[in-house]
Amino acid sequence: MLQGLHHPIESTFGSQTSQDTFSQTDPYLQLHQIHKTFGRFTALSNINLEVRRGEFVCLLGPSGCGKTTLLRIIAGLEEPDRGHIWQAGQDITALPPSQRDFGIVFQSYALFPNLTAAQNIAYGLVNAGIPKAKREERVAQLLALVGLSEFGAKYPAQLSGGQQQRIALARALALSPGLLLLDEPLSALDAQVRANLRGEIVQLQKRLGVTTVMVTHDQLEALTMADRIVVMDRGSIVQVGTPIEIYQQPQTPFVARFIGVMNFLPGVLESSEQARCQDYRLQVSNPKAIPVGSLVTLAIRPEDIRVGACASVNTLEAAVLRFEFLGAVYRLWLRVGDGLELLLDLSVQEARQAQIQRDRPLLIQLPPEHIHLFETQP
Amino acid sequence: MTSVSRDRSLGSLGLAVSQASVTRKPTREDWLQRGLILLVALWLLVSVVLPLGQILSRSLVNSNGEWVGLANYRTYFTTPGLAISMRNTLWVSFTSTLISVGLGFGYSYALTRTCMPLKGLMRLLVMLPLYLPSLAQAIGLIYLFGNQGLVSTGLFGLLPEWRIGLYGPTGIILGESLYCLPQAVLILSTALLLADARLYEASLALRTPPWRTFCTVTLPGIRFGLVSAIFVCFTLVFTDFGVPKVVGGNYNVLATDIYKQVIGQQNLVMGATISVLMLVPTVIAFVVDRLVQQRQVALVGSRVVPYRPRPNPWLDWAAFGFCGLVAGAILAVLGALVVASLVRVWPYQLTLSLRHYNLNAAPGGGYPAYWNSLRMSAYTAIFGTVVVFVSAYLVEKSRQWPKLRSLIYFASTLPVALPGLVLGLAYIFFFNTPSWGGIPNPFHGLYSSMSLLVICNIVHFYTVSFLTASTALKQLDPEFEAVGSCLGVPFYRTFWRVTTPLCLPAILQIGTFFFVQAMVTVSAVIFLYPPNLRLASVAVVNMDDAGNIASAAAMSTLIVLTSLGIQLLYWAATTRLRRWSQAWKER
Repeated sequence: MLQGLHHPIESTFGSQTSQDTFSQTDPYLQLHQIHKTFGRFTALSNINLEVRRGEFVCLLGPSGCGKTTLLRIIAGLEEPDRGHIWQAGQDITALPPSQRDFGIVFQSYALFPNLTAAQNIAYGLVNAGIPKAKREERVAQLLALVGLSEFGAKYPAQLSGGQQQRIALARALALSPGLLLLDEPLSALDAQVRANLRGEIVQLQKRLGVTTVMVTHDQLEALTMADRIVVMDRGSIVQVGTPIEIYQQPQTPFVARFIGVMNFLPGVLESSEQARCQDYRLQVSNPKAIPVGSLVTLAIRPEDIRVGACASVNTLEAAVLRFEFLGAVYRLWLRVGDGLELLLDLSVQEARQAQIQRDRPLLIQLPPEHIHLFETQP
Repeated sequence: MTSVSRDRSLGSLGLAVSQASVTRKPTREDWLQRGLILLVALWLLVSVVLPLGQILSRSLVNSNGEWVGLANYRTYFTTPGLAISMRNTLWVSFTSTLISVGLGFGYSYALTRTCMPLKGLMRLLVMLPLYLPSLAQAIGLIYLFGNQGLVSTGLFGLLPEWRIGLYGPTGIILGESLYCLPQAVLILSTALLLADARLYEASLALRTPPWRTFCTVTLPGIRFGLVSAIFVCFTLVFTDFGVPKVVGGNYNVLATDIYKQVIGQQNLVMGATISVLMLVPTVIAFVVDRLVQQRQVALVGSRVVPYRPRPNPWLDWAAFGFCGLVAGAILAVLGALVVASLVRVWPYQLTLSLRHYNLNAAPGGGYPAYWNSLRMSAYTAIFGTVVVFVSAYLVEKSRQWPKLRSLIYFASTLPVALPGLVLGLAYIFFFNTPSWGGIPNPFHGLYSSMSLLVICNIVHFYTVSFLTASTALKQLDPEFEAVGSCLGVPFYRTFWRVTTPLCLPAILQIGTFFFVQAMVTVSAVIFLYPPNLRLASVAVVNMDDAGNIASAAAMSTLIVLTSLGIQLLYWAATTRLRRWSQAWKER
């Protein structure tokens, strides 16, 4: 772990694991059937996950879904009841945190308030037995890496939230870990700072190539930062995929609802390609081959609904109940027939063309390729 | 890192592996923490649980050690003299509680809800009784209301005489009310400070008259504090020994009964029996207080807008007058004590003299006793703080053995329910027994030693200190320990480098508290001090017993000066500490 300090900082990460049985193509981190309960509460059940070397993975889910518990299990701060964890080919399940190879940034940063920024960064280096000169060099490197070279002598309370966050990141990276764990690292910051740091963290991660697992409940954060998103709900993994897959092909209504905005229409599958919602027959695609006759939920994103009199399938007449101006888009509340309600997002230009007015009928089309079909659970 | 099993092939992990439960082997650090937790548990077992068990069991046997069931209690309640003191104790406890909580409420209200002048000074003055033994309070009263008192004789004949019949319930109630006042003010002003200003603004916006606001907002807001104050004061009076000893006259209460049974008649069995009776209200108070504390946590919201009083000349000056009177009474008692120690012969020769400070000539041990007390207080402060802080750290921050740690937490809150006399007697029973049925008592050697006095003091004031430390530790980011262990830093290093510096204000506060309390306490040590280790506060009792009240006043004055001096040192230290730590607290 230490010889990495001699090399340029970019090459130090993850380089210390030269297990000869471990090939570069194997997953770097592997979780196998992780199970965790707190008393009667099941925090995690049957979690299987593989993370590739250099990948940025986000654990995304509502609060209480178990994502932080999972991160703490990876760190060794919690012990799973069952299951195994491999990192770089080694079973680390039974190792205490101090013997694992990772750096972590906590939601609160947990910077030691009585130590300066530089002392905080050096905290783990001192213990690794690195001589003072090397230590100082390393701290200077890390301060430069996070763009805070001038701030080494400041105490955490004298730094802004964003600066504290970056010092915490530098402290987590100080020992050149093979794995970086981030627990909601941006949630304590202002919206503006958060947006800036999102980009910075991803750039840094790509530059260092350090495998990263981040926990967040913010879908925007996950969509913009992650290579792959792991959506979790009530202790289980619901879907794993790239941000585009997760957004465009949600596997369950939960994922569809949790990420982005989605319209849901209850209906019945009448034939393999057609569903009935109230009095309307809509063409759908049925890749999952849901049996005909099943109760289904049709889902479509507000921006996927088309406006205007096109003569193709799934065209409906809707009444505009109300609309909101959101800056780049208008959001319309529509009613179709007696009880079907839909949200529709229109760009300002489209809205102008369509001459949106309240109580004026509007022709909309639900393109079959954008309709997601879910079997309704009884 | 440990070596990797070579035959690891991800495809063949199989279910066989996943079904096995994974238990982490404890590391050396884990074992170190476990060892420390065991030590703390052992300490509490020996210093709290076993002695307490002794006192309970001794009340059920006769003086020959034969089981007699509840016979001792029957004897107690059928002996007319003894049963009456139960009634007496209840009566003075109720009355004193009523007075001190009433006065304390007014005083706290003035401190927190008005804009009266000289608030800081008033806050200081009302705390003065904390710095002297309760019996010094009573000696001050003697110089005001006793036979030769300043008030009784009408300023030595200048005014008509005014004799209130000090010796008996009147004196006890007066003394105890003053003695409990600081506790009541501390609890009630904290409760009053927690008020949410928005509730008052809402009440005002709804055009509620002030008296209704008081009944519907103020009182409900402090009801837990009020309950707590009532129980704390009641327990203090119920168990206090100093005041009734000095001004009780022939009016017997439980505390003086225990003393007479143990010291006067050597009847340890009856002493144990009365002790258990004395435990009844303190245990009730303990249980109620814990319930109240749990409720209170739920009540205090996260974002409370603090209430800021607005000037209101009538109310402010009325409050000032009230606080002036109360503080004046406290100052008068303390002043009488100090002045009496400095005059040649009260009340006949009122010239100043230091002759009463020739304490070596008086009974009770003189200056050596004072030095013993200083040493004992210093040891109590040092060792008490270390023990309390380390055990609070283990309870709050360790993750080993959760069940044992919650037991330790419970045992640490227990001593608050043990009156000093009961604790002292329990220690006699436990530490003075050479062996139990052939099993030698390994702690017997501590008996009659300075160590036992220090241990007794630490335990007597354990709970408040423990809760102070535990509160300070709870305020630290819970991830500090996690950061340390993730960076491969041993826990004791993070403890020394981060936790301790951050808790330094609380640590100093605990040390000061231990020192002052050990200096002024009588009840916990009066059964335990050996003849070669006399103590200042006990000397006051002995001087008073011998009729040498002026010397008792002089010794009391020394005690007050010492504890106030330590408190001043504490303030100076915290001021410097604040300046030093400003860098990391300031934005």
